Formats: sequence, C-alpha cells, structure tokens
Amino acid sequence: MSTDISWLIGGPQGSGVESAANIFSKACASMGYHIFGKREFYSNIKGEHSYFTVRVSDSIIRSNVDNVTLMVAFDAETIFRHYSEIIQNGAIIYDSDLVQTSADEVHTIDAPYKSRLAKHLGPKPTIQNALDFAKNNGAKLYPISFKTILSNMADETNNPRIKGMARMYNVLGVSVSLGILKMPPKTLLDAIGSIFAKKQAIADLNKNAATYSYNYATAKFPDFAFTLNPTSKSQNTILVQGYQGTALGKMACGCRFQPYYPITPASDESVFLESNEIVNVKDDRPGSTIVVQTEDEISAIGMTIGGALTGTRSATCTSGPGFSLMAEALGWAGINEVPIVVTLYQRSGPSTGLPTRHGQDDLLFAIHAGHGEFPKIVYASGDVEESFYDTARCFNYSEQYQLPVIHMMDKFLASSVVTCKRFDVDKIKINRGKLLEKLEPGANYKRFAFTDDNLSPRSKLGLENGIFWNTGDESDEAGHITEDPEMRIKMMDKRQSKLDYVLKTIPDDEQAVSFGIEEISIISWGSPKGPILDAIDLLKKENIKIGFIQVKLLHPFPKDRLGYLFKNVKTIIDVESNHVGQLGELIKQNLQRTPNYYILKYTGRTMTSTEIYDSIKNIIANKAKARQVLTHGA
Amino acid sequence: MELKLGDYKTEVHNDWCPGCGDFGIVNAIQMSLAEMQIPRHKAAIFSGIGCSGKTSHFINVNGVHTLHGRVLTFAQGAKLTNPDLTVIAAGGDGDGLGIGAGHFVAAGRRNLDLTYIIFNNGVYGLTKGQASPTLKLGEKTKSLPSPNTNYSVNPIGLAIASGFTFVARSYAYDVRHLKDTITAAVKHKGLSFIDVLQPCPTYNDINTRDWYAGMDEVTKVTKPRIYKLNETDYDPVVHYDEENELNQKLTQALIKSLEWGDKIPIGIFYKNEIISQYDKRITDKIPNYLENPPASQTISENGNPSTDISEILNSLSV
Ligand SMILES: Cc1ncc(C[n+]2csc(CCOP(=O)(O)OP(=O)(O)O)c2C)c(N)n1
Ligand code: SF4
Ligand SMILES: [Mg+2]
Repeated sequence: MSTDISWLIGGPQGSGVESAANIFSKACASMGYHIFGKREFYSNIKGEHSYFTVRVSDSIIRSNVDNVTLMVAFDAETIFRHYSEIIQNGAIIYDSDLVQTSADEVHTIDAPYKSRLAKHLGPKPTIQNALDFAKNNGAKLYPISFKTILSNMADETNNPRIKGMARMYNVLGVSVSLGILKMPPKTLLDAIGSIFAKKQAIADLNKNAATYSYNYATAKFPDFAFTLNPTSKSQNTILVQGYQGTALGKMACGCRFQPYYPITPASDESVFLESNEIVNVKDDRPGSTIVVQTEDEISAIGMTIGGALTGTRSATCTSGPGFSLMAEALGWAGINEVPIVVTLYQRSGPSTGLPTRHGQDDLLFAIHAGHGEFPKIVYASGDVEESFYDTARCFNYSEQYQLPVIHMMDKFLASSVVTCKRFDVDKIKINRGKLLEKLEPGANYKRFAFTDDNLSPRSKLGLENGIFWNTGDESDEAGHITEDPEMRIKMMDKRQSKLDYVLKTIPDDEQAVSFGIEEISIISWGSPKGPILDAIDLLKKENIKIGFIQVKLLHPFPKDRLGYLFKNVKTIIDVESNHVGQLGELIKQNLQRTPNYYILKYTGRTMTSTEIYDSIKNIIANKAKARQVLTHGA
Repeated sequence: MELKLGDYKTEVHNDWCPGCGDFGIVNAIQMSLAEMQIPRHKAAIFSGIGCSGKTSHFINVNGVHTLHGRVLTFAQGAKLTNPDLTVIAAGGDGDGLGIGAGHFVAAGRRNLDLTYIIFNNGVYGLTKGQASPTLKLGEKTKSLPSPNTNYSVNPIGLAIASGFTFVARSYAYDVRHLKDTITAAVKHKGLSFIDVLQPCPTYNDINTRDWYAGMDEVTKVTKPRIYKLNETDYDPVVHYDEENELNQKLTQALIKSLEWGDKIPIGIFYKNEIISQYDKRITDKIPNYLENPPASQTISENGNPSTDISEILNSLSV
C-alpha cells in the first residue's frame, strides 16, 4: 500500500514548532519520501497559535490535504483548533496535563471561534470534549506527560537541567511521532545532527531526548495503523524552504544587488541572500550580492534602479504594502527602459489585511501599477521548483526587453517546505539583451536611439564613450526632456511596441503551460497549481478527466495562446486565491469568455487539493454554484 | 588630454528664469568637475524634480533626472554597485527636505562616499512658489496666499544629526566659493552635503540677491549678511577619535547653523573622516567588494551562468 500521511504540529508562536517541523521533514525526506509542508502563523511574535502541516508520501505530492493523520499538541489551543481534522485511525499525541482545560481558559482563542466551538462541542467545551469528538470519529488518543518524560530523563541521565526545558518538547513531539510511525531511529538522529550541525552540545542533548522519547513511544503506543518504512530514494532531491527558490535563482542568474525593506512574507528571501552574500564563481575570485536594508520601499526600488543603471542585475523583493509604495518608481523604470525585477510575495490585503496569511490579491494591481502608460511584464510561478528557473527568466526578459518585470510569488510558496529535484543551474541561460560592454570614441551614443526592433543599445553608468541621460519626463533619443508632440508619439510607440514584441518572442510554453485540455478545464495562475494537479490526479483515478492551463505570463496577456488552448473547452473553471477572480476578469476582457465556474479562497489560508477535488466533484454533479468559496484551515 | 570647462557643458536649452541662482550652481558644478579632471563617463549627476532637477541635463556627464524626493535613493544604488563612479546628487529644498526627508536621514546613517547639493530657495519653484520646508515661520513670499504656518527645518542641523560627515553651506552667486566647496565635498571621504543658498527671483521676494548682499530696502542692514567661516577661526574638522572632540565639533556646528539674519555663515561647518565610510562597512563583510564590485562582476560566459551555487544545494540535499 502506498504511504500518504499528514502530520501536524502546533503550539504557541515562538515555541519552536518550526524547528520541530524541520527535523520531521528532514528525517522523512532522507528516507526517500516526498514532502509538502506549510507553515501557518499569526502576525505575532510570541504566544498566538502557529502550526505546521507536513504531508509525507511515497509518490509525488504538490499540496496539503484537509485531513490530518497524526497530530502533536503541546497546548490546548492546537487541540481546540484541529481536533475535527483527524482521520479515522489517525491519532492525537497530546500533553496529558491538558485534559481539563476549557476553551474559556485559552486567552488566545478569539470570541468568534469560541462560539463556533461551543456550537460544535456544546457549552463550555473542554479538551476532553474535543478529544471525545476525535475518538468518536475513530482517532486514537496518545496522552503523554512531556513534563514527566523530561524529569525521568533528567533523573536517569543525572542532568537536572533538562527538567525545566520546555523548549525540548518539540524534539520530544517529533521523536514520539516517529516512534509511533516506526521510522528507523537512526534517521531521526541524523536529522537532528544535521539541523544542529553547528551546535554540538545542543545536538547531543536533543539526540538523547530523542532516543529516550522515541523508545518510550514505541513501547507504549505500538498499535498505530500507519508506518513510515524506508522507501526507494530518488536521486538529486533537495528539501527547500519556499523562498529559497527565488533567492537561489537570483544568485545563479547573476543578480548582484538587492535593496529591500522588511515585510512578511518577502524578507526571508533577502535575509537568505544576505546570509549567502559572498558567491562562488566558477574559475574565478568570489563575487558578492550587496543586500541593503533600506528606509522604505520607495528607497528600495530607487536603489534597485540606480543599481540597474550601472549594468548590475538588480532586484528588490516585497509584498503588497511595499509594492504600493513602489508604483511611481516603476513608471520611471518603464519610461527609462531600465531592467529591474520586483519579486512580489503576495499576502492578503487590502491595507495590512491578514499580514502573515496567503493571498493572490495583487494580480490586477501589479498589471496596472504606476501612473501613465508604459510596458512591463508580470510573470507568475506556480511552485517552488519553477520559481528558481522563472527568476532567471524574469531577469532575461527585463534585459532583453529593457523594462521592469514583476515576478508574482505568494505566501503559500514562501512558507512551504518541499522536496523537489535539485535545481539545475545548467538549465539556466543568461541573456543580457542589448547591454553594451564597449563603445568606440566618437560613437555619438544615444540611449534611446530609434532602431528596427525599437530596442536601443543599452549603456551603463561608467562605460567609456557611453555617457547618457535619463529623465522621468518624456525625452528625445539622447534622454533629454522634450514636449514635442511628434517625438512624444515616436517614443510612446517605441516603448509600447514592446508589449507585442514580448508576446511574439516569448515561447508559447513560457507564456502558459498546458497540463492537458478537456471539455472541462481549469485555468489558474501561481500557487494553486499544486493543489489543482493533485486534485486532477485524484479525479483521474475515478476516470474523470479535467484539463488545466497554468498562465505564467499575465501581462502582456497571452490572448492568442490561450484562445487557441481554450478553443474546444466547454466549461472553464477559474481557480484563484482572491475574491474577485482576477484572472477571470482578464479572460473576460481578452478572450470575451466568462469562466463558467470560480473556485475562490480568501480566508488567507492556502488551498488544499481536497477542497479543489470536492469543488470539481460538485461541478460535475451539477450541484455547484458558479462561485465556490473555500474555507478550510485554522 | 585635458578636459576643458566647455567639455562639461551640454547644448541643452536652459529654461530657468533670468537671474535664477540655479545658473550659478550648474556653473560651479561644471567648474569643479573640470578642476578635478573627472573623466566624463566616470561622473554621474543625479537630480530630483523641480527647477533644480533639470540640472543633470546641462552637465555633460552621465545625468539621471529621477523622481521628486527620491534622488538620493537612485544615487546610492549606483554608487553601491559601481563605487568607482563620482556621484553627485542635486535637488530642491522641497525635494530633499520635504518629500525626501526620510531618505536624507537614512543616507546620513549610511555615509556613502557621494555628494548631495540642495538648492535652497525657500520655495517650491516649479509648482509656482509654495512654501518650502526651509521658509521661515510667518514669512510670506510672493505667491503665498497667507504667511507660512510651519516652522523651518534647519538643513545643516538635520545633516549633522543624521550622520553626514561633511556639512557645508555656500551661496549660488559666489560661484568661486561654491566651486571650491563642491570640490572639497567631492574629495571628502564619505557623504557630503552642501546647502546652497539660492535666490529665486521669481517667487522668493524675501531672500533676494540684494537681501543676501545687505542692500535690500526692507531691513536696515547695510553690510553683506554672508560671511565666510574660513575667514574666522572656526575649525570644522574632527581631528581625533575621542568623544569630547566629536561632541565639541558637533555642538559647535549645530550652534553655528542657528546663526541667521544679519549674519549668515557659509563654508564648511563640520567634517569627520574618522567615522567609517559605508564601503568600509561592506568590505568588513565582503573583503573583495571594492576590487570586484557588483557592476564589474562576470555573471555569465557564453550565456551560461558563472555562479556556482552547488555548495548551498549540497547542504539542501536529502
Ligand atoms: C510625487 C510628486 N508630487 C508632487 C510633484 C509636483 N512637484 C514638482 S516640483 C515640486 C516642488 C519643487 O520644489 P523644490 O524641490 O524646492 O525644487 P525647486 O523647483 O524649488 O528647485 C513639486 C511638488 C511631483 N513631481 N511628484
Ligand atoms: S522659479 Fe525660481 S527657482 Fe525656478 S527657475 Fe525661476 S527663478 Fe529659478
Ligand atoms: Mg525649492
């Protein structure tokens, strides 16, 4: 039988849930399993409920599912939030001290959820009520006193310090889980070793605790229905944090300058770049990426443009609020034909919205950002692996067409942890367009010279014989201000013609990817890709065939390509994480077709394949409303 | 081959009002570049938006006319990626001390090796004479409907408080003094700031050429208001790395910056080359930054990436 389990660990923010999930993921991945993990957290540093779901499977997975196979709860809130998600024969490992706790005592549970709990579990619900509910659903209950384990361990190892170390709960939780799942203990110890590689003493302490609790669990709870045996390992697999896709893509394709202003979920990428600021270069001295924390996002994009003007591949990385501040400068890059990349990790707006939660609300904004008319490219990645290669594409586009490129990412992608094929740098090509490396004296260089393809040779600040002018005003070929009506027409036409040129020259499968076309076909962009593909696989097993087109180039809109792909599609289902169905709007505008169904989610939580599967089943059964709104997730 | 003053001038038509102080500033920048013989391709003038913002088009070196208030951000981005450039940022008082004040403060904290010149005319020239952040409280220039309701910002004081390591003032009609000040600022190792008193004959009918010369009819001053700090015993330089020395020079500069009215000092208020430049702070982390800065790095060979990320990928391998 194939393995496919979902493991959930929850606890107060700041208590180490994340490092526990890293150990768990690493251990499972090293045994050959595919991993799909995601992190959910409040906009808070300490105390609020955060959790990590890790799905583990021996076949390829690209999403989370609604249900949980095994849950670890150190605190009451985790149980109150997730008790109803445990599947039959699944289990809850929980701190036995918690049973009497009532929802009223958990101050981080907000009023609306308290009243939903009371509806579900009866008035004045306690942990016992929640556990009973799970038990009635067929879940097993595995109570553990984490405190007692620690104090026994302290006694046995003569190390009284351990007793009070609540931080250790996380390692205990992971070890107990893996014991219950009967995973070979060596894998666990290796994973701990590699995660604490730089802190030997901490690694040893954790390893002791792991062994102790692992043995405790295998002895006490031997009857769990699910196991994790070693499986065949595919070569060349890496375990990556979502934001590492674009970060490593930037390093590989030669981005050497990234000014940024901190914002969730974008700053992890910049911090990673700075942590790896010295870059290795083949057969040469090392290079470096200059990462600057600026005073605001306006400064971040201004500096990025300044960097690009010296011929340096330059980018910034932000989320909605920061991107709003960048709009004016984006137009400056547009009129001055400056190649910059803005990596836009979307979250839920408007305004501060749900600052640590997922959303795809900014598609139409990205397309229209900046006043006036100027060409730009908006390009979206669907998963972490893609985002590595797409980053390199975005830089190529920006230099080939000399315009700003907005690379659409989102919180779902940023905070997922996945196994994927090792990124292959050899698959990346670098195209710097018409960037000049040398100019002869007397070249009479003009930055915006008219040419046959409307792209002018591009000098850089510091290039001999290549001095140039830029201005945010309309300009002549030399880059000096003009208000001449005829020059205005020529310059506008020159710049705007790039949009057609982009559509003509970017290969079809870089514009939109077809995963098969059927009478009923899904259209989507960005992170729903994974859940959609997993849902389609599930439906295939029932002989239900659903097509799927993933749009990657969102501006200029690949009208012809999509018109061709959708020619024979009878039913279009638009899947997006927003309220409006923003891609749907583009389809109406460009293809003169209205999607027949929308599957939308705007709770700030990511889509699961289960939800998409269910929605499509409803559509096929003719039971669906035109607009299905998804709600899963705490 | 020696570069002449004329080599630093463009043929672009200059549409400033007759008598505008901006002419003097452009001339002084050109003279200073010629004096220092900076190769044209190695210099870049960044400018903001306003009458002053047009400056970059009149100087025959790289010229980047940016956005209102954002000139320092563009300039710093270029300097960081190509430290070999001589970077001068120029802009209005509204540009740099109003809409761009946040960048002004942040730039001071960084202390990159570049020069920032503010054209201080007390008004928003290009939008027809509204009050700029340097106009004094209660003053009513020509096109204000009523007297200014805001207290004025002190550019010299703000620069000192923000961490600029060279802080000076000059006067648009004293082109020689201004040229010398610009040259000293460019040669300074670190971030330099020059507050240039710039009469705007069209909108500022208070701080006029005559007023600065002490010849206006409104007030009863009879001597030039402007005097030169280097003709007094004022010593702006922080000579050694001691708290007392630093504090003394900072306070002295701050107090000097408050002088206004009958006597207006110009010259260097403060100079400190002991505080580390930003590029030093980078080379502490990235030793070869200056020999191999971002703009000079090879990133590809025959269209293939030169960067080797295998070490990181290995660490992610399972
Ligand atoms: C974001 C933005 N807001 C407003 C303007 C309009 N604007 C153009 S110039 C200017 C003020 C110029 O004053 P100052 O910076 O003192 O320069 P001066 O013209 O006096 O040299 C303003 C507000 C603009 N260009 N951009
Ligand atoms: S409005 Fe004032 S600052 Fe602008 S050009 Fe005329 S005189 Fe100069
Ligand atoms: Mg002004």
